[in-house]
Amino acid sequence: MASPAAAAPPSASRKGLVALAAAVALLPLALPNNYTYEVAILVGLNAIVCVGLNLLIGYAGQISLGHAGFFGLGAYGSAILAARYGWPTPASLAASVAAVSLLAWAIGRPVLRLRGHALAMATLGLGIIVSVVIATEDRYTGGPDGMSVPPLGIAGYALAGERAWYWVVGVLLVATVWLAQNLIDSPRGRAWRALHGSEVAASAIGIDPARHKLAAFVLSAALAAFAGALTAHYAGFITPAKASFLHSIELVTMVVFGGMASGFGAVVGAAVLTTLPQLLTVFKEYEMVMLGAVLMLTMIFMPQGLVPTLEKALAAARRKPR
Amino acid sequence: MKHRAWFAAALLAAAAAVQAQEPIRIGSFLSVTGPAAFLGDPEQKTLELYVEKLNAAGGVLGRKLELVAYDSAGDAEKARTFAKRLIEQDKVDLIVGGSTTGETMAVVPLIEQAGIPFISLAGAVVIVEPVKKWVFKTPHSDRQACERIFVDMKARGTTRIALISGAGGFDKSMRAQCMQVAKAHGIEIVADESYGAGDTDMTAQLSKIKGTPGVQAVLNCGFGQGPAIVTKNYKQLGIAAPLYQSHGVASKGYIQLAGDAAEGVRLPAAALLVAEALPDSDPQKKVVLGYKRDYESRYKSDVSTFGGHAYDGLMIAVEALKKAGGTDKAKVRDAIESVRGFMGTAGAFNYSPTDHVGLDVAGFRMLEIRKGDWTLAR
Amino acid sequence: MSAQFLQFLLTGLTVGAIYALVALGFAIIYNASHVLNFAQGEFVMIGGMAAAGFVEAGLPLPLAALLAVGGAMLVGLALEKLAIEPARGASVVTLIIITIGASILLRGLASLLWDKKIHSLPAFSGEAPLKLGGATLLPQTLWVLGATLVTVALLWWFFNRTLTGKAILAVSHNRLAAQLMGISVRRVLLVSFGLSAALGALAGVLIAPISFTSWDVGVMLGLKGFAAAILGGMGSGPGAIIGGLALGLIESLGAGYLSSAYKDVFAFVIILAALIFLPDGLAGRRRATERV
Repeated sequence: MASPAAAAPPSASRKGLVALAAAVALLPLALPNNYTYEVAILVGLNAIVCVGLNLLIGYAGQISLGHAGFFGLGAYGSAILAARYGWPTPASLAASVAAVSLLAWAIGRPVLRLRGHALAMATLGLGIIVSVVIATEDRYTGGPDGMSVPPLGIAGYALAGERAWYWVVGVLLVATVWLAQNLIDSPRGRAWRALHGSEVAASAIGIDPARHKLAAFVLSAALAAFAGALTAHYAGFITPAKASFLHSIELVTMVVFGGMASGFGAVVGAAVLTTLPQLLTVFKEYEMVMLGAVLMLTMIFMPQGLVPTLEKALAAARRKPR
Repeated sequence: MKHRAWFAAALLAAAAAVQAQEPIRIGSFLSVTGPAAFLGDPEQKTLELYVEKLNAAGGVLGRKLELVAYDSAGDAEKARTFAKRLIEQDKVDLIVGGSTTGETMAVVPLIEQAGIPFISLAGAVVIVEPVKKWVFKTPHSDRQACERIFVDMKARGTTRIALISGAGGFDKSMRAQCMQVAKAHGIEIVADESYGAGDTDMTAQLSKIKGTPGVQAVLNCGFGQGPAIVTKNYKQLGIAAPLYQSHGVASKGYIQLAGDAAEGVRLPAAALLVAEALPDSDPQKKVVLGYKRDYESRYKSDVSTFGGHAYDGLMIAVEALKKAGGTDKAKVRDAIESVRGFMGTAGAFNYSPTDHVGLDVAGFRMLEIRKGDWTLAR
Repeated sequence: MSAQFLQFLLTGLTVGAIYALVALGFAIIYNASHVLNFAQGEFVMIGGMAAAGFVEAGLPLPLAALLAVGGAMLVGLALEKLAIEPARGASVVTLIIITIGASILLRGLASLLWDKKIHSLPAFSGEAPLKLGGATLLPQTLWVLGATLVTVALLWWFFNRTLTGKAILAVSHNRLAAQLMGISVRRVLLVSFGLSAALGALAGVLIAPISFTSWDVGVMLGLKGFAAAILGGMGSGPGAIIGGLALGLIESLGAGYLSSAYKDVFAFVIILAALIFLPDGLAGRRRATERV
């Protein structure tokens, strides 16, 4: 795997974060109805997963083709605790995220010893195991047709309506990106980047690959589970398709499309690939062809991903003598 | 002063005229691609065909019909987003759609909150049980399918059966319903196997069923590729017990795929499939024959009951619009609920405040495949 | 009991042979370029759908099959030339996303060019099942197993006895050294894609009489083929065959003796265990000694 682009200096990351916060704050001015709010919310939720996944793939250099499994487990965990066992939803959400993190820690240790395509296969297999179990245990999960999920709320107040959710997701997204930026600029983040460059070299200077890979894996799993639970409570419904390997592939595509090893690449990738299918509906039966073509052409002409390529183009334009 | 009154009246008349020209928007989200394309494709074709025909005949209430259809590809989240889009952005007057139960159920909270009439084309009984104010459906429920099959089985003296089902929502939902109502019909389920989506061979599962003692019949709950493969494997293994399929395979494609192996297979299905063979006195004959001829001459492809559900949904909606005299959502909903004796491809619809399926088991015929074609089972 | 076991065995081998062909396709492309070709399943789909289309148009089956495999090969070559080659310098992950885009594109084109219905091919030599020690066997199964064996033999001859084949092996061992020896990596990539596409299409044609074909049949088969390739040791030809057969058997025996609802879970658990204890796969050894 290619090593990540040189990380932007802290001042540039701050600028990016401010830009993101401004975008979140100002976007509602451009959203005419609840449907557009919904798309924005879905973008935000996908972006949270992708920022976490990017830490794993782009920085720590480990591939995961099964992250939808964590997303699905987070979603169903919270849904089942709340709907079948009557837990208050903030508690079910927290418990679900904690449980998935623990699971990720437990299976991460043996699985992360694998490299390259073996790791890809292992994570793919895990994702499939999760989605099949969810679809089959219909007494708890409602089976392939899915189950209803109570809304997020405490003591009578329920978080409902697209506008309220938009602000919640927006704030959480900015917080997640801030967290990711801080991590990347911290000693742990530098350790991850060293790992990505060369595991042997990293261990030669005292970085323990196993511990760091595990940390990245667990954190990205926790973020996926968190976003999954939020999605379930927002939509009021969850189906096993959210844990399917196709969804895992979608998530990885978003990260790579937007640009790995760029904190904002993940957000942009999620934004483009969540909104694009909505825009492509005008093509009716040609929608799939168009989507495939867009993906291919973008990756062929912008192999580093959208954001790094645009960053480079902007930097080159700035350097041009006036 | 008089001028102002005339002017105001003229303005109002113009506004009313403009309003009258505005088309009636019918929204739809269907699984045109994805694992349920089997369902969504004929559904979309049917809706397009009949919206065109109705418009050619002058529209409804003097207004044209406009179909706004999206492809939800069998994905519940996409279905929800498209439903929201239909309601908030496209501002449709009612929705006929939802090819699968998962997609329909994901959309229900939205529909109830927005207060817009919704006619679902999906099968599971959970859609209308408990009854939801704004949600109706046109196919027979999967529970009715189980009941119809069990009645036929009992008539043939069968009491012990084996189930085999796929991994999809339709499959699992019907399996659950059959397990629930089996006892009440005197049927005992002695084996329960399943296969996965995209599986290429079911001989292992069928082999186990063959080895289970006392199995008098086998019921396959599924649709798409799976049941066709099951049928071929069934013949290959030489299992003597009769094979029952579900209404999920109610299209010629199944017979073409299963070939000789489909001989003698029984399933509950709408009279649509045997339209020509119905006696002239059959009250359904006119409607099903009409639909069959329209669809087949336009698309050069055999009808399926799935397209029939879309026809029923659209026609009931049109009937309700006429009855309500406009697109007021509450009035249209009430009109749908008061539909009585409406003859569709699936049977006679009688909706009521407690029944949003509207069909009884009588419209569900027991068909048997003989010499590569549908026949009414004796 | 043993008649049932034999039945499970035969089923497992039939399904496994198809997985093996798909896995071989993955392995060949991986060897030449380190790319995991997510569009591999679509080649299987193209083989089956094209053959079905030709047969429905009136062509005799052998000709239809030949044209279908040839057509798929052209698609493979086009994919390499138009999508992989322009992105030559990109990272492996980017190339993988390109193949994912290609898979979506091909599926979309298939649904437009043909339709969304399920199609079948006539069995090559009839449908009358053969009896074998209490179990039954479709003649088509013999075709599948036979064709796979012949293909493997032909591939062995190709990779070990022809110059092009050896060139492909050379690139898979050490790209730079191969280039220094005058081997055109571009040509090798082209041939690899064409060959993999042909193999996938062959699998599609062979399996269509048993389990039908449709525009999206490639997704699951591609996934299973990928799993088989890794189980056997990615990049190893014999590994792909062994992995494919093993996966087919595990699924069939799992469905037969454990739970049919969980057979896929069972299969993937075994794959996971195999990966953790045998990270190079069942037949993989250190890269330097790989042969097809």
